[in-house]
Amino acid sequence: MKILVCISNVPDTTSKINFTDGDTKFDSNGVQFVINPNDEFGLTRAMWFKEKQGASVHVATVGGPTTEPTIRKALAIGADEAFRVNAEPTDGFFVAEQLAEVVKNGNYDLVIAGRESIDYNGGMVPGILATLLDMNFVNTCIGLEIDGTNATAMREIDGGKEKLTTSLPLVIGGQKGLVEESDLRIPNMRGIMMARKKALTVIEPINASAATADTKFEKPAAKGAVKLVDNVDDLVNLLHNEAKAI
Amino acid sequence: MSVLVYTESENGKFKKNAFEVASYAKAVADELGTSVTAISINADENESLGNYGVSKVLNVSNENLNTFNAKAFANAISEAATSEGASAIILSSSTDTKFLAPIVAGKLKAGYVPNVVAAPESTSPFTVKRSAFSNKGFAQTQINTDIKVVGVSNNAFGAHENTTTASVEAFNPAISDADFSTKSVEVDKVVGKATIADADIVVSGGRGLKGPENWGMIEELADVLGAATACSKPVSDLGWRPHGEHVGQTGKPVASNLYIAIGISGAIQHLAGVSSSKVKVVINTDPEAPFFKAADYGIVGDAFEVIPQLIEKLKEFKAQNA
Repeated sequence: MKILVCISNVPDTTSKINFTDGDTKFDSNGVQFVINPNDEFGLTRAMWFKEKQGASVHVATVGGPTTEPTIRKALAIGADEAFRVNAEPTDGFFVAEQLAEVVKNGNYDLVIAGRESIDYNGGMVPGILATLLDMNFVNTCIGLEIDGTNATAMREIDGGKEKLTTSLPLVIGGQKGLVEESDLRIPNMRGIMMARKKALTVIEPINASAATADTKFEKPAAKGAVKLVDNVDDLVNLLHNEAKAI
Repeated sequence: MSVLVYTESENGKFKKNAFEVASYAKAVADELGTSVTAISINADENESLGNYGVSKVLNVSNENLNTFNAKAFANAISEAATSEGASAIILSSSTDTKFLAPIVAGKLKAGYVPNVVAAPESTSPFTVKRSAFSNKGFAQTQINTDIKVVGVSNNAFGAHENTTTASVEAFNPAISDADFSTKSVEVDKVVGKATIADADIVVSGGRGLKGPENWGMIEELADVLGAATACSKPVSDLGWRPHGEHVGQTGKPVASNLYIAIGISGAIQHLAGVSSSKVKVVINTDPEAPFFKAADYGIVGDAFEVIPQLIEKLKEFKAQNA
């Protein structure tokens, strides 16, 4: 089984978000970039398929040279080979088109991407990718078993979960639940050393245009001070009469 | 030309978000000088969409679609968009709809913008405001394709009555076996309880509750309020509560009217995930907890004392206001 894990290079979850150039760009100054958490759960599940079922695991990202430390981390965690499509990931449609080309050329059976990236929250790359390639697709995937070409997936739904049967070739939009938080791996020194020798192939992008463009950013309005109360009578009263929330 | 809206239903009954997206579609249609067509799947009382500005309903009635199937539903919506010559497709932010939206976008080669929080800033170019960076920011996003797909955030635009007479037509999209290559075999869903996505009120517990055995009072408080229960990331990582309840940046977003955080200190990732909630209440023993800076109302106190009192007070309040 050949697996491609799609990785997005995103600001660490603790990052404070600021904008620059007249609020038209994200300010990456002083921001630590990491593997998108939803992708990392998928990568870790892919490692399980590698170790238990002999799968080969490649990773791909769409981004400039500054994304390479993040890709090397994926290699250090255990991916065999990496691809970087040398283009700014301008929007989800553009990224899906670039990744579709990588998938076609690599004949992958299973493509694992995160449900959404935690920066732009588009949540569309896996679904558009699957549609462009006419592959099966399961979103918000919280469990995946593969047996031959048959797949059983668990999906998170509003208020519960759903079990689905499907088959390879398959694209999933993964998230926490694919593996547990405690299963995530911190690369060890040997992994980091080996990652330096693994192939990281830079691919030039295919001709595709973005379907959307972010033209301006803003931060949420500052919050007024909290109103502290010292008893539940006052709280219920305020929630009813002032906030009109109950 | 028209604006197409997918109005989601469950067991035949329209979901709350159906009226929100219909209202949003009406606002877009007014800007574009056109009318709203809804597509509903196995829904009853389709005429009720007329109350929110829908002029025509394409009603799909097909027993193979009783269980949600992303590909089949996406194909039905795409076919309706093509037959109506829709220039914009308006969708909700439910988990099911976020599953089918990119399939619709991919099929129609349409730009898709999710998490939209307000009516379009302009329709030429078509520009909408959406949340980004897990609610730590907003973006103005322009859609450059002929067909625009807009995913509206829950509880952001609201439902607005706008009385129109909706004509209801049967619609029979081509559904093939290939649409069911991914198939639901089992649904495990809490019934009769509010979900985090739909609830007006969410009651959420953190590590300050000390252990899973103490969640009885959280559930009781939620019951009194008709609220959904949620939890912080450490609580789900520790296995005290199921993953589906984890709210925050890597969990579920919350956009309820009222969010009550109990024993949650308020890590930046958690605050981001719940920031779309309109009113936030925090109950925590530590007056320095960061959540107090992000909340509207707060009680500095021990949850084990405050919550039982709050439950009693709310029962009294409910009895008086019933």
